[in-house]
This record gives sequence, structure tokens and C-alpha cells, in this order.
Amino acid sequence: MPSSTSSAMNQAPAIAEFRAASKRFGPVLAADEVSLTIRRGEFLTFLGPSGCGKTTALRMLAGFEAPTSGAVYLDGERVNDMPAYRRPVNMVFQHYALFPHLTVAQNIAYGLLQRRPRPDKAEVAAKVARALDMVRLPGFGPRRIWEMSGGQQQRVALARAIVNEPKLLLLDEPLAALDRKLRREMQIELQTLQRQLGITFVLVTHDQEEALSMSDRICIMRGGKIVQTGSPTVLYDEPISRYVADFVGKSNFVDGIFAGHNKVTAHGTTFTGRILCTPAIGSKVTLSIRPEQIELTRDGLEPVQVVNRIFLGEHTEYLVRHDNMGELLVRVSRQAEAAEGPFDPGSEAFVRWAPDAALILDQD
Amino acid sequence: MQGRTTWLLLAPAALWFGIMLVLPLCFIVVFSFGDRGPAGGYVPAFTLAQYANLPSRFAVFRNTLTLAPLGTLMALVIAYPLAYFLALQASPRWRTLLLILVIVPFWTSILIRSYAWIFLLGGQGIPALFAWAGIPLPRLVNTPFAVLTGIVYGYLPLMVLPIYVSLDRLDKRLLEASADLGAPPFRSFLQITLPLSLPGVATGCMLVFILLMGEYLIPSVLGGGLVFFIGNALVDLFLQSRNWAFGAAVSVSLVVIMLITVSAYMWLMRRLGGARDDVSLM
Repeated sequence: MPSSTSSAMNQAPAIAEFRAASKRFGPVLAADEVSLTIRRGEFLTFLGPSGCGKTTALRMLAGFEAPTSGAVYLDGERVNDMPAYRRPVNMVFQHYALFPHLTVAQNIAYGLLQRRPRPDKAEVAAKVARALDMVRLPGFGPRRIWEMSGGQQQRVALARAIVNEPKLLLLDEPLAALDRKLRREMQIELQTLQRQLGITFVLVTHDQEEALSMSDRICIMRGGKIVQTGSPTVLYDEPISRYVADFVGKSNFVDGIFAGHNKVTAHGTTFTGRILCTPAIGSKVTLSIRPEQIELTRDGLEPVQVVNRIFLGEHTEYLVRHDNMGELLVRVSRQAEAAEGPFDPGSEAFVRWAPDAALILDQD
Repeated sequence: MQGRTTWLLLAPAALWFGIMLVLPLCFIVVFSFGDRGPAGGYVPAFTLAQYANLPSRFAVFRNTLTLAPLGTLMALVIAYPLAYFLALQASPRWRTLLLILVIVPFWTSILIRSYAWIFLLGGQGIPALFAWAGIPLPRLVNTPFAVLTGIVYGYLPLMVLPIYVSLDRLDKRLLEASADLGAPPFRSFLQITLPLSLPGVATGCMLVFILLMGEYLIPSVLGGGLVFFIGNALVDLFLQSRNWAFGAAVSVSLVVIMLITVSAYMWLMRRLGGARDDVSLM
């Protein structure tokens, strides 16, 4: 069951809610009893690999899919049967879906012009201009869509959605088509925009870095189910399962058997760790240690052989072989490496970690 | 090198068009200023008499210039919903089946299909059915109505296919975006689907209209000698009356009318489509 973690956001009222919402496409259960409360003003991300149900969840909020069972609530109202065009939510589509026969300004004004009674022309023009300013495309209104670069189209798609001041802004892999540098820029911009506007953002992504850097809360999905929901810090530091720890950041995993209290036996050795699940004694668990929690030293108790050294600029990654645990990824900061000196591949070294750094997780 | 390759590539087509189109067209223009020989044929001259005589064939111009646009319009009205259904509503299985059904008539000669309409519209056909139901119909065969029915039937696939293609190519996510921004389905159709399918509509209309302007077979079969198109007049002038000079003048008038309408179409398309390059005749 999803474990909600306490944060300041928990006090904010709900803007949207899934209540055991399921969606079935023929034999495929795309969303499986999803229950989740989205708080007003938060930046929530559905994270998971393709086919995990994150897009289906988003589309149920948008109104493109109706749940097969369960319910979706928007601002306290049950909206299962409310068509997309009546919902006070807007979406930034994965491939933008900008209207090719309209100018940039006409694209942005589209949502405003659907309102009845029709809004005043001058008011629409003013709002469009403000939206263009907000996405840093002032004066681009008369341009044609195909004259814009990918990054600019992305901004137009964003402006077209936020100009309507939706109660929820839905973002379906909005940065997937951008190159790495532009994506980084847009992440920061999206986050800033969200703070400025105070609109609730719901993002769908398979990119953990994107999820970690922007979200207030992340909802990890798998096979249509929510696995864990929490702040990026909580998911990183206290994942409930190997799946979550693997999806959020890198980690070293050692499969073993739970031996009670805080002990795990693996490969004939007993390890101690911090327990984050509720296993029965004798059940299969996984020990997870983040690469940056492991210290590489010249002498100590746990000998390893250095296999590879990868210099990554701000830090260095070592692949080392441990007799019992197999290959381990170790991240060494520049300062640590400067102090200890670089370890040559093939040489002997030792690893150690704080007892708390090893997490005992569900093997799933 | 580049220049010579270009010429080599263009030469066969240029030669073909030069001999089979431009040259005959020159003959026609020259003939149109000539005179009819005593036993028919052509006598060189320079006179505008043939053009002055055009009003004597007013009926065929009137028929062509009313029935061709009307037929185009009716084909459009019938084809658009069908193409819309095929592209956006039908399940893939139905779509394939129906598309084949749209194309199947092409497997039979238009002559045979037109003859079939004589029986459908004749005394033993649809009128008999109506008479049995107690609704007497006026005569249908050998009327402008019969010709219109025939041409709409005959050219419908040419209207359906380009519209279908443009609707099929339409990015369906645009309709989701439109709904997401608050437009109900019919408004989405008017604001997104229709404008984006206009290139297909224009192509279909132009294709059907151009072919209808030169139509000969359907009026001669279903018009019963009462509803003539320009094409029928040309056959009569060149093959029966052997008045080549006058026939040439009628031909030139047809070409001029076509040039004007096609140019108007191109101009309109450029206005409609802005600078987009996917708007063309085909």
C-alpha cells in the first residue's frame, strides 16, 4: 500500500483525488485501484517506466479516459463522466500538439476563446501577451508554429495551457523531446513558473532526475499500481522496496534472507542495516547501499579489488569487487579522492559504510 | 554536370508534353481562327467568325458550367461525411473494407456503370419502386438530373480519397488538445478538423471539377441526346459536322475557362494555406 509521508503540503486542501480508480483496456489493467490525494499548489510527479500506468492516471485527470471502476474527484466534485472540455484542467502534451494552422498567439488564445460568454478581445490579447512574457517569448505572437524551434514550441505549449489558469496543469513527458541542456533549463523554468503561478502541477515522466529535481512529491508507479508516494528526499533515503531504490537514484543491491531485528544474511555473511519494510524472519529481502554512502579507503576491514575508475568531473565512480557482495559501485567525491589519492584498477582497497546507510528493503 | 543530368531527367516528359500537348494545342489555336472547308475540315484563314459563332452553342456551355460545379458540390457534400467516417470513426477492419468498396467501381468501365443507371432510373427502376409506394415520379432518364446523378456517382471516389487522406493524416492529438482547451466536439471539428482537411477538399474538388468540365460519356449515355456537355459538342463538331474551325474555337474557350478556374484555385489555396507547402493539386 502506498505510504504517504508527512510534509507541509499535507496540510493543504485536496485539489484532486483518485479513489480506487482502475482503468482496463481489454485484457490490460492500466491503472489498478489507484488512490491518491493531490494537494492544492503542489508539484506532483508520476514516475515509472513506460506501461506503468502513469499516463493513464494523467489522462483520467484530463478527462480523456474514464475510470472503469473507482472515482476521480476534481476540487471535491466527482468527474468520472465529465468530458475533457468541461474540466478546469489543462495539459501540456508530449509532442506539444500545437495547432499547425494557427499562429502562436492564436494557439495560446484558443482556450480563452472557447469560454462562453466569449471574453473581450482586448482582454484575450493582453492575457496572451502576458503568457508569452511568462514563457520568455515576447513578441512571438504572429509567428507560425513551424517557424519555431522545438524548445520554443515547448514554451508555446506551456503558455497555451497556463493562460487558462487551470486548477491543475498536467504535463505529459513535456521535456522528453528536448536535448539535455535545454531540458535542464526547462526544469528550472517549470519549477519557477509553478512557484510563481501557484497552480498545481502534475507531471508524468520516466526520467528520475527530472522527477527528483522538480517535484514536491513523487508517486512511483509499477504495473498500474502506486508503489510509494513521498518527497524526493524520502524516496531517496527511505525507499520501501528495491524497485523504488532502483528507480530513484543508483544503488548497490545485495539479496539475502531476513534474520530478524536488523540483520540480513547473504552469501554466508551477516549484515546489519536500517529496516524500512516489515519482513517475516526467513523471507527474502534486499540490502541497498547508495554509492555515495560507501567510503573507499587504503585500509580497513572489508577488502575489495578495484575493477574500474570512471572520472565524471564533480566526482569519480569506482567499480569494485567484494568477495561476498559482488561488484559494488562506489562514488568518491573529489575531496576524498584528493585526500586518499586515486585508486588504480587492479589494486586492493577497502570499503566501509555507516550501519545506517545499508537499507533493508522488500526484494520486489 | 548537374545541369546536364537535370535535362536528361526532364527530356522524356518534356518531349512527350511537347509533341502530345503543346503542339496539338498550337494547331487548335491556329485552327480556331480559320474557316470551314466546303466539305468540312479546315481552310486556312484569319477570322474571328468562329468565336463570334460561340453563342450558337450556348446550351452546352450552360450545361457544363452549371452541372460541373453542381456535380462537384454534390460529390463534396456526400464524400466529406463518408471520408470523415472512414478516417476518424470506422474501426480498422471496417475502414479497409469500406475503402475497397469505394475503389471497387473503378474495376468496371464507366460506360457499363453509366448504362446501369439507365435501368436504375428508367421505367422499371427507381420510378417503379416509387409508383408502387404510391408516389409518382417525373421522368428521370434523359434529364439533367440523370446526368447529375451519373457524374456524382462516377466521380465520388475521386472526391472521397483525397479528403480521406487529409483527414487520416490529421494528428488526432490535436483534437484532444482542442477538447482539453475547452472546445466541445463540434466546435473542435469546425476549428481544427475542417481547416486542416481543406487541402484535401480543394484537391478533391479540383480533380472532380477539371474532369467534369471535359466530361463526354456520362451526358451522352444518361442525357439521351438532350443534355450535352462541351465534350459532346466537340465530338459532334469534329467527327460529325466536320466543322474543325468552330470545334477548335469551342476547345480554346474550354481551355481558357479551365485556366481561369485553376488559377483562381491556386490563388485561393495560397490565401488559405499561408506559406504551407503541402497544399497542391495532388
